[in-house]
Amino acid sequence: MADTTLTSEPVQSDNPVTGIDQSAGNFSYKVDYEFDAGTGLSEKTVEYISAAKKEDPWIREFRLKALKVFESKPMPTHWATKDLEAIDFSKIRYYLSSGQKPKRTWDEVPDDIKRTFERLGIPEQERKFLAGVEAQFDSEAAYSNVKEAVSKQGVIFMNSGEALKEHPEIFKKWFGKVIPTGDNKFSALNSAVFSGGSFIYVPKGVKVSHPLQAYFRINAENFGQFERTLIIADEGSEVTYMEGCTAPKFSTSTLHSAVVELVALKGAKIQYITVQNWAANVFNLVTKRGVAHEEAEIKWIDCNIGSRLTMKYPGVILKGRKARGEVISIALANDGQHQDTGAKMVHAADETTSNIIAKSISVGHGRSTYRGMVHMPKHLKGCKNNTECDALLINTNSRTDTYPSITVRGAENKVQHEASVSKVSEEQIFYMRQRGLTEAQAMSLSVNGFINDLARQFPMEYSVELKRLIDLEMEGSVG
Amino acid sequence: MSTSTNLVTSVGAFSAEAFALALESHKGLPSWWLERKEAAYKQFTSLAYPSATDESWRFSTRSGFKLDGFLATNSPATTAAKDIGLPGKPALTFVNNSLTGSNPVDQALTQKGLVVSTLKQALKTHSEVLKAHFMAQDQRLGSAKFAALHTAFINDGAFIYVPKGMELKTPITIVHSASGANTAVFPHTLVITEENAQVSVIDYFVSDSTSAHFCCGANDLYAGHGSKLNYVGLQNWSTLDLCLQMNSTVVKRDARAQSLNLHLGGHQARHESLSQLQAPGAFSEMLALTIASGEREFDQRTLQIHQAPNTKSDLLYKNVLQDKARTIFSGLIVVDQDAQKTDAYQSNRNLMLSDSAEANSLPGLEIQANDVRCTHGATTSRVDPEELFYLQARCIPEAKAHELLVFGFFEEVLNRLEDDELHAALRTIIQSNFN
Repeated sequence: MADTTLTSEPVQSDNPVTGIDQSAGNFSYKVDYEFDAGTGLSEKTVEYISAAKKEDPWIREFRLKALKVFESKPMPTHWATKDLEAIDFSKIRYYLSSGQKPKRTWDEVPDDIKRTFERLGIPEQERKFLAGVEAQFDSEAAYSNVKEAVSKQGVIFMNSGEALKEHPEIFKKWFGKVIPTGDNKFSALNSAVFSGGSFIYVPKGVKVSHPLQAYFRINAENFGQFERTLIIADEGSEVTYMEGCTAPKFSTSTLHSAVVELVALKGAKIQYITVQNWAANVFNLVTKRGVAHEEAEIKWIDCNIGSRLTMKYPGVILKGRKARGEVISIALANDGQHQDTGAKMVHAADETTSNIIAKSISVGHGRSTYRGMVHMPKHLKGCKNNTECDALLINTNSRTDTYPSITVRGAENKVQHEASVSKVSEEQIFYMRQRGLTEAQAMSLSVNGFINDLARQFPMEYSVELKRLIDLEMEGSVG
Repeated sequence: MSTSTNLVTSVGAFSAEAFALALESHKGLPSWWLERKEAAYKQFTSLAYPSATDESWRFSTRSGFKLDGFLATNSPATTAAKDIGLPGKPALTFVNNSLTGSNPVDQALTQKGLVVSTLKQALKTHSEVLKAHFMAQDQRLGSAKFAALHTAFINDGAFIYVPKGMELKTPITIVHSASGANTAVFPHTLVITEENAQVSVIDYFVSDSTSAHFCCGANDLYAGHGSKLNYVGLQNWSTLDLCLQMNSTVVKRDARAQSLNLHLGGHQARHESLSQLQAPGAFSEMLALTIASGEREFDQRTLQIHQAPNTKSDLLYKNVLQDKARTIFSGLIVVDQDAQKTDAYQSNRNLMLSDSAEANSLPGLEIQANDVRCTHGATTSRVDPEELFYLQARCIPEAKAHELLVFGFFEEVLNRLEDDELHAALRTIIQSNFN
């Protein structure tokens, strides 16, 4: 049993123009945990986690090997921001138990958080969970019909630990294959200490009728720091998965490092939707990649708001003929935040196509970065890639960067990349103000217009929440 | 790994003794020059070779950048002057780092203050100007080590100074050539245009095709207020050569600089181009054409820095890739915090004519001001089949149609030149290089 004070000091806004209060996302609670691996990372920590989860020896070996890889890899600061060096791995808690029973009440939740939930229109049930008042919320009431419907279709939907124990024949084959342990320092870290996340298997030809949500199987682990997700869509199946939510998230740690692997077998379709709004002290370093086999399609829809630093480049390996990959990305960086996001497309078969559309908004001193990779190796024919990145800068000292990397071999392929940087049009603002909108309203309408064509691709409730969230973030950014 | 450790310590033939010898031949030149060379040599030996994690060398064949085997000599070889296919006679001709011939410019102009001379001469007559501008800009594109080598071993180069208000009609041509096995050359051209002056300068680089050379060149272009500086770098080194060229352009208030670099030669050729827009109204146009064939590698790194409000830059780099050639284009637009109203453009177009060629594009932006118009684009594709069909439908045979489309691809860049005679000459050179 350990008594811990969570989260660090709020990021001070030093921008006189914007003066945005970033403390909105910074919760601080005392929490007691049933299992606790303590702070710091060593073989002992990893063994403790493995023992607490009663894992098979092969998983334990996998974890220990990953730890070695993690230790051997340097921080990738030769290309990434030096801010990464601020992470102190010895002060991080790598495992918290599943039996979390927080002792706070709704009354203890700060008023501004309650107001934020109110404005975002978060359902009552979810509010309590998000604020950390309830560790579990009654998924039966809200989602049981969905859960029942998908299990009737033969869909396996479990926690990563359970899935590896109960269905190794399905999951072991692909586990750690799309993103090998040594892919990068943080995927190695995740491989060593992962817990929570969802493992999903969709049988041949099954079109999952409802979008699957992380909310489903609600327990503390789903919102863990080192979750591991693996989705396998068998031949001809279709599935949509959603994670996260637009509410400022209660976070128990300053480091979040997930690994998400998708496998779309012949003719399958996977759509993976993420909307995340982290507290302003969180390092969010996530590795996401999918393998698309023949005529399969993988689409990442990714929305990143909040956090101190997010580094996330969802990728698709287009392995089979006519496979298709798509990344739709929205990033909003406010004061003191750095959204370093992008996409990776590796073409590995003929006639594969990929599309990347990234839009970013920088507010105040916020910095948004697009980093992309498009790779077409030798002797492929008929591959196409289209990349568009647009950046919107709100204040005079906002910052944006674009670093794409495109490699094309052979004459039979076609790649185009375009990027633009602009500010909100003064004429638009003037027009709207003339019609009685305040400057802030006009600004937020304009920003919503900037991402509108992407936001429309989100499920309805998400895009409504997203719109409200942008209203909220834009408040005080003008004037 | 052993080769990389060797690289770190290897200075090739550019040893302390060789440097002392080179310095000895510059005795009597201003002390700041000698001191700068000494400091540069120190820097050259202390800086590490580009490493695997060096982003500014990403995709480059770093192992090709070996100095071993090249000789630091200044022995002027005599080669017969060849017609290089450019209008006018070269004002200065350098062979193996030394002046071998010159055609004096119009005396009426020199009396009004125009200077076209060697660097060695200018060190005596315009020491202060040289001190302020020679290799004065930070090396921000990855070749600081080689820039130091250039400064340490440079023997001579061209110095062009156009006084206030003077407008030169005909271009000034400088020829830099290398001959003899394993020679290292350090060509340099420094151009200064004072207020409202106008000049066009052509650098022509050539070497004998029988052996490899190390060509480590640089230029410094400085466009003063309201001036117009046009520069053409025609790189026609031998296809065996290891080439590095580091160009720097500074543009002042309402000045306009245009650089066109043609890359035809070199076994491995790296070109770095830095443009700094330092005052409102400055405009820098950066153009390049590359014909990459065989198993050669062309590596182009560019940086456009907008340091003042209301500045403009426009970059268009086109590559044609044949056989097993590789090209790398890595460009970055940087807009400083106060540089509002910046208008920056960057475009890289790769035309693939072979299934084994490889084109890498890294077009980048770093924007810290919000009231800007910045766009970039990169495309890689083959000749558009629809355009080909259109021409064929008009009775043009496929081979001819293909050729027309490829030449048309070059024309978009050449059309930016204002000098028609030069345009025609360059077109001929390009077409004769293209098979």
